[in-house]
Amino acid sequence: MTALLRVSNAVVRFPVPGGLMQNMLFRKNFIEAVSGVSFSIEEGQTYAIVGESGSGKTTLARAVAGLHHADEGSILYEDVDLVGLAEKQFKKYRRHISMMFQDPVGCLSPRLTIRSIITEPFKIQGIKNKDLDAEAKRLLEMVGLSLDFASRYPHQISGGQARRVGVARALALNPKLIIADEPTAGLDVSIQGELLNLLMSLQDKMGLSMMIITHNLNIVKHISDKMGIMYLGKIVEEGSTEDIFTNPKHPYTRALLSANPEPDPDAVIDRIRLVGEPPSLIQRPSGCEFHTRCPFAKDKCVTTAPQVTTSHANHSYSCHYS
Amino acid sequence: MTILDVRNLSVDYETEQGTLRALRDVSFTIEDNKIVGVVGESGCGKSTLISSIINLLANNAVLSSGEIIFQGKDIVRLSEDEMRDILGVGVSIIFQDPMQTHNPVLTVGRQMMDIQYRDKTSKEKKKEAAIDMLRVVGIPDPESRLSQYPHEFSGGMRQRIAIAMALMVKPSLLIADEPTTALDATLEVQIIEKLRELQGKINCSILFISHHLGVIAELCDEVIVMYAGEIVEHGDVRDVFHNARHPYTQALFACDPGRIKEKSKNLPTIKGSIPNLIDLPSGCIFKHRCTQRISVCDTSPAMHRVSEKQQAKCHLLTQGKN
Amino acid sequence: MIMKQNNELQLIIKHFFRNILGVAGFLIVMLMVLSAIFADFIVPYDPIALNIKERLQGPSFSHLLGTDQLGRDIFSRMVMGSRVALQVALPTVFGAVSIGFVLGMIAGFGPKWLDNAIILLLDTLRSFPTVMFALAVVALVGPSLETVIFIIIVTSIPTYGRVVRTQTLSIKSSEFILAEKSMGSSTARILLVHILPNIFGPIAVLSAMEIPTIIGLEAGLSFLGMGVRPPTPSWGSLLNEGYTLIRNTPWLLIAGGVPLIITTLGFTFLGETLRDAVDPKLRKRN
Repeated sequence: MTALLRVSNAVVRFPVPGGLMQNMLFRKNFIEAVSGVSFSIEEGQTYAIVGESGSGKTTLARAVAGLHHADEGSILYEDVDLVGLAEKQFKKYRRHISMMFQDPVGCLSPRLTIRSIITEPFKIQGIKNKDLDAEAKRLLEMVGLSLDFASRYPHQISGGQARRVGVARALALNPKLIIADEPTAGLDVSIQGELLNLLMSLQDKMGLSMMIITHNLNIVKHISDKMGIMYLGKIVEEGSTEDIFTNPKHPYTRALLSANPEPDPDAVIDRIRLVGEPPSLIQRPSGCEFHTRCPFAKDKCVTTAPQVTTSHANHSYSCHYS
Repeated sequence: MTILDVRNLSVDYETEQGTLRALRDVSFTIEDNKIVGVVGESGCGKSTLISSIINLLANNAVLSSGEIIFQGKDIVRLSEDEMRDILGVGVSIIFQDPMQTHNPVLTVGRQMMDIQYRDKTSKEKKKEAAIDMLRVVGIPDPESRLSQYPHEFSGGMRQRIAIAMALMVKPSLLIADEPTTALDATLEVQIIEKLRELQGKINCSILFISHHLGVIAELCDEVIVMYAGEIVEHGDVRDVFHNARHPYTQALFACDPGRIKEKSKNLPTIKGSIPNLIDLPSGCIFKHRCTQRISVCDTSPAMHRVSEKQQAKCHLLTQGKN
Repeated sequence: MIMKQNNELQLIIKHFFRNILGVAGFLIVMLMVLSAIFADFIVPYDPIALNIKERLQGPSFSHLLGTDQLGRDIFSRMVMGSRVALQVALPTVFGAVSIGFVLGMIAGFGPKWLDNAIILLLDTLRSFPTVMFALAVVALVGPSLETVIFIIIVTSIPTYGRVVRTQTLSIKSSEFILAEKSMGSSTARILLVHILPNIFGPIAVLSAMEIPTIIGLEAGLSFLGMGVRPPTPSWGSLLNEGYTLIRNTPWLLIAGGVPLIITTLGFTFLGETLRDAVDPKLRKRN
């Protein structure tokens, strides 16, 4: 198997908003929302990025989709480095890398009909020799929406239907990589399953690779092959989804997994309780950046940053004591 | 003792398209010192139920029948002032979004003192009470944090402050409307555990609304399952989670990916969608999506008590087939 | 056929004429436009012909709204006045809105430094005292209708520019714009197809409501001798004369004021209905 996407040491910085005086007199301060992330996605596989708010997972997804500029590192798509490409050169990769956004209705242009929305990719990429009516029909059928949706507007459809429209638009130009940011956000459980089933069946049919950004561990288990857990802009543990669920190494991963409430009143959960609050990106903790919240932290964790340990089967994690 | 007794409550909304029957014949009681969870998907009437109890129904809503008896008084029949006196002392509410619950231009201390306006004690006493309560909900260094503004706190802290404020008035009923939905998993557990602990200390009842089955299972004593404006099942949380009797409850539980232990590429769903509440179908409200439908489902089922602690609204229970 | 795309323009027109207020507004504005175009054929008298013998008469069959202090027929002057009103109002609103749109969208969507520069420009324009600015311009190029139009355009650009910029800023960060960017949409496409239709509504209403202000401004400038020169009839000059002659006759004020009010209502109805017809969310469901 070959890697479709290979991200190495990607860094995305944002300026910290300061006062006018500060901006003029001093050099701007930056936070590293994504701080040296490496991972790769094989063809036809699903990679899940899991993390809590502020962990940098959405920024990472947007960097891959070319919406944020990566300040360091490389993002290789089919061995072409996307970092530093000008918009003109990037444009031809945009039809191969397609992004789905969090808000199912909000990511659809409100003044356009569903037909116009799902045929936008053809117009943007300047594909003229297609019958747009036929394409709209094909796409609606593919995501299981009836044809009368074509003339509706985004506010006239439900969240689940809007999600399907989002999938149709993302798949319009037969992309190779789909980046889905919280694909089940705002959906009821009964509809969540439908959407994930749709994505998985389309993946099988079209040989898609997927990068899924989510905080919902329950869905990750079912849809992803590999996963990475992000904390403060870094991937702290990575491995096959099965490995991580059965044998989590990093204390943060273990805390995250055990924090997931079981839908069983009699479940006995051996919970790992995190202490304190998530630290700010402006003042990153010393040593292991998780030590401020880690229930197992020792002196060494405060001073020394851990190296990445790789155990069997490409399961890797950054912790001194696991 | 019964704290809240809702009897045959029906609420309609007058819309341009016609009368939307949002709640129909809803009856339940909340006993002293109990945590009662309400689960249901969007459109099931959860929000209308809360608005009816705290008398904040929208302008186009009509409480067409029923009684809401809080501590022996039917609050539906009371005047605005009388109702305010009763609700202000007896009922508190925590909302979904901790980022929008607080007044951004007042300090947390000021807001916590204001909420005690009914107490005829000195300012110092009120300040002490505020500090105590912040300590109880686990805000470190509460004395100095009283002078800070809401934006200086993280989301998890703000939700804890919201809980502190809700508990300041020592309510006998606390309504929590999806209080953990906007929070990350690790913070969600913290809040749930805190609520459980405080409930024991303060001896209040909690009406806890959530769509997260895991949270309900972990926190609640009883659970009410709502579908399309009706209560379809109500019972002890163990009974309902281990032996759901209504087909909707069964289907809802089956859809929860958290309950599916084996990795699955084909997740269960509930086919179809919620019926139009303006043009209600006759008979059982769930019949169009029900996989166990029988001919008698064209007539409305009554609530059937299946055991001392569990009741459900389904014909199958009286037909002896379930 | 189901897939047939309803022409967006047809939809807008259909929804526009379904609204009774819109039809009323449309009729009023049409009436005004027609009376301005065909004023020469409608007026019973020469609006600037003096007839001192018949000065300050009340309404009669020969003079529908009476005559002014110089014996001119007020009705004729009112009808002729619609010409000046439209000649000033339409080009100014069109000009100011267009420039405001361009500047506002660039400021809202472009880089921060450009935003700052345009905001500075708009604030500078806004801080001009209209009358002083007008005096200066008139001193340079002389009084005329074109001068009035130029002055009003320049001073009302900031109003539109500011609104357009704020709206653009709030829409620019929404997810559907991000989605467009992720598909490789050009800036021009994002601005014209996705942002412009979403900010059109408030601007349509704002400009409809600005029209009476502009007509009033024209009256004021004309009164100061910086706009339309007497004896050219305009609603502004009717109002001015009516104001001084209020003890002698109310008809001058009525002839200047009532059409101004009706025109305002007409344009406001037009603007609001246009906003509702263009926005699929505000369209009444069939």
